[in-house]
Amino acid sequence: MSRVLSRTGLLVGLPVVLLVTWWFASAGSKSFYQPPLETIIKVFPDTWTGARFKSDVFPSLIRLFIGYGLAVLIGITLGVLIGANRRLRSLLEPLLEFLRAIPPPVLVPILILVAGIGNPTKVLVIVVGGLWPVLLNTVEGVRGVDEVLSDTCRSYRIGGWLRLRTFVLRAASPQIVVGARQALSISIIMMVIGELLGATNGLGYTVVEFQRGFQIPEMWSGVFVLGLLGVLLSLAFTLVERRVLNWYHGARAAERSGH
Amino acid sequence: MLEIKSLRKTYGGQGRTVEALRDITLTVEDGQFVCVVGPSGCGKTTLLRCLGGLLSPTSGEVKVAGQTVTGPPDGLAIVFQEYGRSLFPWLRVAENIELPLKSKGVAKAERRQLVDESLKAVGLGDAGKAYPWQLSGGMQQRVAIARAIAFQPKVLLMDEPFAAVDAQTRADLEDLVRTVWQRFGMTMLFVTHDIDEAVYLGQRVVVLSASPTSVLENLDIDLSDERDQLKTRSEARFVELRSHVYARIQEAKGVAAA
Repeated sequence: MSRVLSRTGLLVGLPVVLLVTWWFASAGSKSFYQPPLETIIKVFPDTWTGARFKSDVFPSLIRLFIGYGLAVLIGITLGVLIGANRRLRSLLEPLLEFLRAIPPPVLVPILILVAGIGNPTKVLVIVVGGLWPVLLNTVEGVRGVDEVLSDTCRSYRIGGWLRLRTFVLRAASPQIVVGARQALSISIIMMVIGELLGATNGLGYTVVEFQRGFQIPEMWSGVFVLGLLGVLLSLAFTLVERRVLNWYHGARAAERSGH
Repeated sequence: MLEIKSLRKTYGGQGRTVEALRDITLTVEDGQFVCVVGPSGCGKTTLLRCLGGLLSPTSGEVKVAGQTVTGPPDGLAIVFQEYGRSLFPWLRVAENIELPLKSKGVAKAERRQLVDESLKAVGLGDAGKAYPWQLSGGMQQRVAIARAIAFQPKVLLMDEPFAAVDAQTRADLEDLVRTVWQRFGMTMLFVTHDIDEAVYLGQRVVVLSASPTSVLENLDIDLSDERDQLKTRSEARFVELRSHVYARIQEAKGVAAA
């Protein structure tokens, strides 16, 4: 019990201290651009529940989930193909390194030129940003599968879909998860960027609109929403990771204890 | 059951070829237990991988049950030395054993029965739900053996399976392998660098020369079928046989060094 308390304490301790400091430091602030934290928190419920949740938060979330989901799916599929094929790998590796080195936000204007400013483009923006970490990590993971396990599969004639599902994907899963986690934070960034240019709704759009309309407390509250969204998604990701990589953490712990 | 004729295997490097096996001719009868022993680095594992269809020979012929080996043959299972790397760490013990049966197309009820039986046969009746990494090294190798048994192979190849476990566990596992062989009657080819182990386990011991490798001797082990760690190993005949094999291997090393 006391361990749980101390762990939760460590987890929320610093944010609480920072918020309290902010609260008192900004209390009574007359500056228009730095309103008191109290004001920001006061406008929060009215700003983000009700109509705006439906008109701005919800569309953002849908685009994020679709874009992120596609990035992970495409990344894993291509990653398995490239990782399992040495020729294809040597052929594509320089190109992949080049593409990865391009900061995805600069692609946004190009994508808008090519695909317009509709929802598909906003999803595409997320895919283009989130794809690379998943793809490259999957390639690494698939390339690094254990040879003895690979021989075991061959010798027991475990092939095709069964081999992919129970061997290749599982063996590469620790690395795929690393890529998927990076892709998640990039996806959130790309979601906002996509909504800054030529959008009519969404979280990023709303924050900019508040800024333009000098609704400064509301603008700040929008930043909070994005931060909270990131924390919640990362938490959900950790829960999934724990399920998927349970074996990996267990095996690592057993190895460390000299089993 | 196993026929190897003038098997030669070279590994090609850049401008440098290594001859792992020069000329191996060897036959193993149906149901026989043969141990292959030789100095370290003599290509024992290469030989086993050629038999298992994991490597293709440079020249010569390898046949399992009358069929020329071009890929992993039907009815053949391999137990690898690296038990820690041959079990799937994300699958529970029972699932590890079940996986090859799934790919073989065995029905679910029968799979479950085979898994249970094979786990019992290796003395791990209640370990099915554990993950491999929760078990000791010796137990992990038992799981690998159980997986091979459940597969119901005609031929079982073992590649230095006990090289990485401690001496006491090793003795237990040796007896387990004898018991499994006697009970299921498969053809066994057991590769080891341990002379005592080879003589203790086999009906026949094949002594390989140092690299470039050929067969030095085919030695029948005329010990009784009931082997016992204490009694068998102290028998005069056992000591004679192991001394003989030891001398041949020393000789082989001497030739290689000269």
